Amino acid sequence: MTTTAPAAATEQRALTSGQLPRFIEPALAVGAFAAVAVIMLVLQAFSLPGWLIIAAIVYLLAIGVGSTIVEGRRRATDRVVRGLVTAAFLLALIPLVSTLLTVFIKGMGVLNWQFVTQVGGTTFDPNTLEVVATPGAWQAVVGTLIITGIAALISVPIGILAAVYLVEYAQPSNPLRRTVTFLVDVMTGIPSIVAGLFAFSLFALIVGPKAFSGFSASIALCVLMIPIVIRSTEEMLRLVPADLREASFALGVPRSTTIIKIVLRTAASGIVTGVVLAVARVVGETAPIFIAASFTDSLNVNPFQDPMQTLPVMAYTAYSFPGKDIDASQAQAWGAALLLVILVIIFNLIARIVAMVFAPKTR
Amino acid sequence: MTDTTTAAANGAVRPSTKRRPGDTIFLGLSTGAAVSIMVILAGVAIFLILKGLPAITANWSEGELAGYQNNDWASFWDYVGPLLWGSIWAALIAMVLGTPVAIGIALFISHYAPRRLAGALGYVVDLLAAVPSIVFGLWGIIVIRPFLLPFANFLNQYFGWIPIFADPVSSTGSTLFAGGVVLAVMILPIVTSITREIFLQTPRLHEEAALALGATRWEMIRLSVIPYARSGMVSATLLGLGRALGETMAIALIVSPSLIFSLRILTDGYNSQTIAANIALNFPIATDLQRSALIGTGLMLFVVSLAVNMLARYIIAATGPGAKGRRKKGKRS
Repeated sequence: MTTTAPAAATEQRALTSGQLPRFIEPALAVGAFAAVAVIMLVLQAFSLPGWLIIAAIVYLLAIGVGSTIVEGRRRATDRVVRGLVTAAFLLALIPLVSTLLTVFIKGMGVLNWQFVTQVGGTTFDPNTLEVVATPGAWQAVVGTLIITGIAALISVPIGILAAVYLVEYAQPSNPLRRTVTFLVDVMTGIPSIVAGLFAFSLFALIVGPKAFSGFSASIALCVLMIPIVIRSTEEMLRLVPADLREASFALGVPRSTTIIKIVLRTAASGIVTGVVLAVARVVGETAPIFIAASFTDSLNVNPFQDPMQTLPVMAYTAYSFPGKDIDASQAQAWGAALLLVILVIIFNLIARIVAMVFAPKTR
Repeated sequence: MTDTTTAAANGAVRPSTKRRPGDTIFLGLSTGAAVSIMVILAGVAIFLILKGLPAITANWSEGELAGYQNNDWASFWDYVGPLLWGSIWAALIAMVLGTPVAIGIALFISHYAPRRLAGALGYVVDLLAAVPSIVFGLWGIIVIRPFLLPFANFLNQYFGWIPIFADPVSSTGSTLFAGGVVLAVMILPIVTSITREIFLQTPRLHEEAALALGATRWEMIRLSVIPYARSGMVSATLLGLGRALGETMAIALIVSPSLIFSLRILTDGYNSQTIAANIALNFPIATDLQRSALIGTGLMLFVVSLAVNMLARYIIAATGPGAKGRRKKGKRS
């Protein structure tokens, strides 16, 4: 034991020679950020983005040069790339955090229970002869829920049935299956505003020039939602083990019953998660709803007639086409945006919870 | 002899293949749903053509379309030209800014981050996709526009001789540059998720072989991961391009547009307008024939993004890392 240890130690040293210590990367990163901060503060030219960018460059230069000297060019490249790739990831976090923070800070001042439950807009007060802006988003909340609800009611059955056809019925070589799979892929790439124009054109040709309605917007959202539902359902159905189907067939259960009672039930939690995420995706769509349902300040609960307000469109119109009181309009916009973000977060949480709680125990 | 045995086999061994009404109905329903996809896609094209055709064939020198949007257009094609250029230009800016970052993120998650964290980090990037586009637009107005002003001045001062960064620099920041940055953020999640998936499909043996030969991690990625994922990266980029082409709200809110062919991205008055933003801004105030013109531009956008998406899917299907191998992997996980 004692005789072999020194030999092993020298061998180790031979292998590790010319290597920077393990903690060099975090240490150098902290050093670079601290040094740049100090220099910038001394020069009294501190700015957050400038600090982050310069410090990142300083770190990359330092690790590159240091590593080239001690470890050679190959290792230096490796370390610089590691730094770059990590920086790319951190860079992506900035807009995410910044967006959410901005919406919460700007929207918090507006958002209260009254804002949610009251029909807002500008009204003319005949007594004082003034235009009064009432904050409120009830008309938009109602519109969003109705339009998204109808869209989900139409897309979910179509999406799930189409996925069942693709996974359970069609053979891989079936031309219909290959065409539909390709078209679903293509459909996910349809620009959302084109879906809105389609719904508008459809209803303009059916009901005439006053074609704006909530239902029309629902049709536009369906075009966007169906491919998402098909994709996620397909993925979930493929995860169902073939043994389950075969066991069911072996017991003489007909195909449709097998699909409904075995396959769909096993995949249920995954399918529900996918559907909820699809709803969360389309609930924030602005352009198609804006084209198909237009916008209004009054409450409209009839999806088949007249324009309907929704949260994203309210945020857009209040900001782009403000009323006389620009500040009030912008406050409306931020309030609507925050409500929308909260709605999306709720849908995402529901999807997560469904996925976790009702996940089938496969193993 | 043979007839009776097959008949017996049919009767005795496979009683369940007897057609039941439930089976027929369910098969019919699901086939119908699959066919409806084709109907919907065809419907989109047909109704856009029906509604857009009047303006495409109209005489643009008289009536509602004469001098539309303060310009004398010779024809529909004259009108849609600069818009189409604007859409493509804005999407290209977004691609140039966004794709390298997206591929970096994908590499970080697939090959650098600790295994246990990879899923959570991927979820964080996917959260970007959940943020509604209108929120990105509003954020762009109040955060990105002022944030980019010093950069715009810097670029103009030192690189103003490049036409892209030419004068005059906008004082408000309502530039195509700001719009492009926000678009880049919006396409990050889609490009990242596709490239990440493809990076993860690199055969483990290729990676381990490279490492065993003494390659550093970057050399391993360059030698085994990137060649394997190249076509996937190309098509992910194209899908991101398709997404950027159709984005409406960010551009409509942030950029102050002009209907011109222009390369400049740091100005107020010389930003090329995109099709989608132009529709969003003008649709509510348009007359019937003008709406038809806007729908016609939408049809052009549909055609272009359809072509980009089909190309991307074709690349994945034809030259991707073996569609069969991928399917096997999907089943195992």
